[in-house]
Amino acid sequence: MLTESKLAILADAAKYDASCASSGTSARNSVGGRGIGSTEGMGICHSYAPDGRCISLLKILLTNYCQYDCLYCVNRVSSNVPRARFAVQEVVDLTLDFYRRNCIEGLFLSSGIIQSPDHTMERVVEVARVLREEHDFRGYIHLKTIPDASPELLQRAGRYADRLSINIELPTEQGLAALAPEKDGAAIQRSMGRLALHIDDARQQARDQRGRPGGAQIVSLPGRTRRAEAPRFAPGGQSTQMIVGADAADDRTILATSARLYGGYGLRRVYYSAFSPIPDASRALPLAAPPLVREHRLYQADWLMRFYGFTHDEIVPPAPGNGDEPRGSGMLSLEMDPKLAWAVAHPECFPVDLNTAPRERLLRVPGLGVRTVEKLLAARRVRRLRHADLGRLHLPLSKVLPFVAVTDHLPHDRLRAPARLRAQLAPAPVQTSLFA
Amino acid sequence: MQRSITLSHAADWPGFRQAARTCLQAGLPPEAVHWQVADDAESDLFAAEPLPPEAAPADSASDADAAQAQAEVPATRVPRAFLALAEHAALHSDPERHALLYRALWRLAHEPALRHDALDPDLARLQRLAAAVRRDMHKMRAFVRFRAVDDGQAQPLHVAWFEPDHHIARANAQFFVQRFTQMRWAILTPDCSLRWDAGALQTGPGATRADAPPPDAGEALWLTYYRHTFNPARLKLDMMRREMPTRYWKNLPEATLIDGLARDAHERSARMVAAGGTVPQRRIAATR
Repeated sequence: MLTESKLAILADAAKYDASCASSGTSARNSVGGRGIGSTEGMGICHSYAPDGRCISLLKILLTNYCQYDCLYCVNRVSSNVPRARFAVQEVVDLTLDFYRRNCIEGLFLSSGIIQSPDHTMERVVEVARVLREEHDFRGYIHLKTIPDASPELLQRAGRYADRLSINIELPTEQGLAALAPEKDGAAIQRSMGRLALHIDDARQQARDQRGRPGGAQIVSLPGRTRRAEAPRFAPGGQSTQMIVGADAADDRTILATSARLYGGYGLRRVYYSAFSPIPDASRALPLAAPPLVREHRLYQADWLMRFYGFTHDEIVPPAPGNGDEPRGSGMLSLEMDPKLAWAVAHPECFPVDLNTAPRERLLRVPGLGVRTVEKLLAARRVRRLRHADLGRLHLPLSKVLPFVAVTDHLPHDRLRAPARLRAQLAPAPVQTSLFA
Repeated sequence: MQRSITLSHAADWPGFRQAARTCLQAGLPPEAVHWQVADDAESDLFAAEPLPPEAAPADSASDADAAQAQAEVPATRVPRAFLALAEHAALHSDPERHALLYRALWRLAHEPALRHDALDPDLARLQRLAAAVRRDMHKMRAFVRFRAVDDGQAQPLHVAWFEPDHHIARANAQFFVQRFTQMRWAILTPDCSLRWDAGALQTGPGATRADAPPPDAGEALWLTYYRHTFNPARLKLDMMRREMPTRYWKNLPEATLIDGLARDAHERSARMVAAGGTVPQRRIAATR
């Protein structure tokens, strides 16, 4: 089979993985090296597909032959999709070719499970090894880790990769048991825990080395001018993905799982992937997709947990039976973003006085992002904030004004009628197309 | 006293800094200084230019002059953060940028509280200019597309044509040098050209699209990848356009595919749903 035909099949097979980040790793470049490649703190999106997703990495599978039968997956053993398998060298060549064209930041490699988890993982790691050792490639490498692979292979993967990920796949153990019978939730979490330990260790050692007086310049052995570098292990950390809408888990459950993963394994990111219609879908699944806006709301809620000081259980209204709460379904509002929805439901916390409130209160105001809050904090040291100042910050005023007080603006009466406020702030309902 | 300053080219930040310092020390108020940029900045084809220094601490260069400056105008030192902002804002295509920068410098020197005021209209406008420049620099790093050309050397020359919104090509050179150190490459823009060959960076005059090579055979692989990484069940054209504005499309090989992919997307995903679930074709035993 031609490389081009394989690429078509194995890109198709990989595209349902939402992750594309090429950020968060250590900064390096190819000055003084034999090859090409560099990374900075922030990744680069080199292109965008018409689905609005960024193309940062060459995201492919090594093979889409797979012996597992995960019902939501396009590559499950019982699917009729065409199959292909890349040779290690083909993936290496494609990565370097796209990189030289400046089309990508690096490689995101995953694979169907063939022969055994160890065999599969070994091939995946070999691609990364050839790129790093034979071509001195210094771009970004993200390897999808196979949870049942041996700890030694995970260890090797971390040496070459910037980021490792293991997909948790579904928010609950029951969901996993029903839809991905060969996958073992406990093993997935054991592997995540193992990765977390390695990542922390490597970070700690790097910190210790930097922290030592004299740092890397200390001469520890005669004839050596530098200490050995701290062992590298996935400096970009680990991430995971959950499929949304393939099972019955509600948003509250999903966010609770995310909070547990962020807290327990120090994950850099949890990706939410709205279950998407795939060619040759299993009959056991809903054929139509959940609204994409649900996925969007989950990302917004995830942001609130990571950067805005919200806890997972306050973002989604508690389950039904709670009186006047109209959407006590355990689901995020589709009409309003979760921060606005929280604010409308908690008039007692507003208005927030922009001239006096502490940072954590400002972060709760709808329409104020982290950077805007920093600007406000800096500006109010030298001036009293007024209505006109908010305009100058290009804030979404209709969203912000009902919730804040400044020297010449007080919104009290609007907050006393939450139902009216909700009606004003939620956009007019629109007929959402199945594939909008 | 009126003074007219002519900078040697549109991205001449060192020239602006030098001139601004002199004007400030001479006590020239903003309205007394007229700023312009020489039209024909360079006539030398690919004049050798030394590598830009490793991002020197922004205000260390001013230290030498600082003693002298302080003797005359006590407060010509500006916050380091302002210099970083100014260095970007100075690359904006807005013809008023130098006058605005000098006015901000003047005011910073005479109104000590200004440095903390993120909402001051002059500073806010500079912030916006700098943000636009940083975004343009980022988009250049993202959207430059190299094509390999055999020019008779052992290694091919990788050539790209790019049209930035602002005067950013020089400021971005270091990024490409450090990423593609072991490659020979040239980036052509209407403003100026960069060339990295045998460990030396050269800047030259602007070029035209006709100077850049046509698509090569290998580009087909990239187009195949673009076509297949797209998920037709999630068409979100607005999101794509927000991050990849249409003005960049003319120099992105993959952009020619967008219309067709978008047109067929509804039909393709409707077909997937209409096809319904299928009966599994085969089962092989798991071997674990």
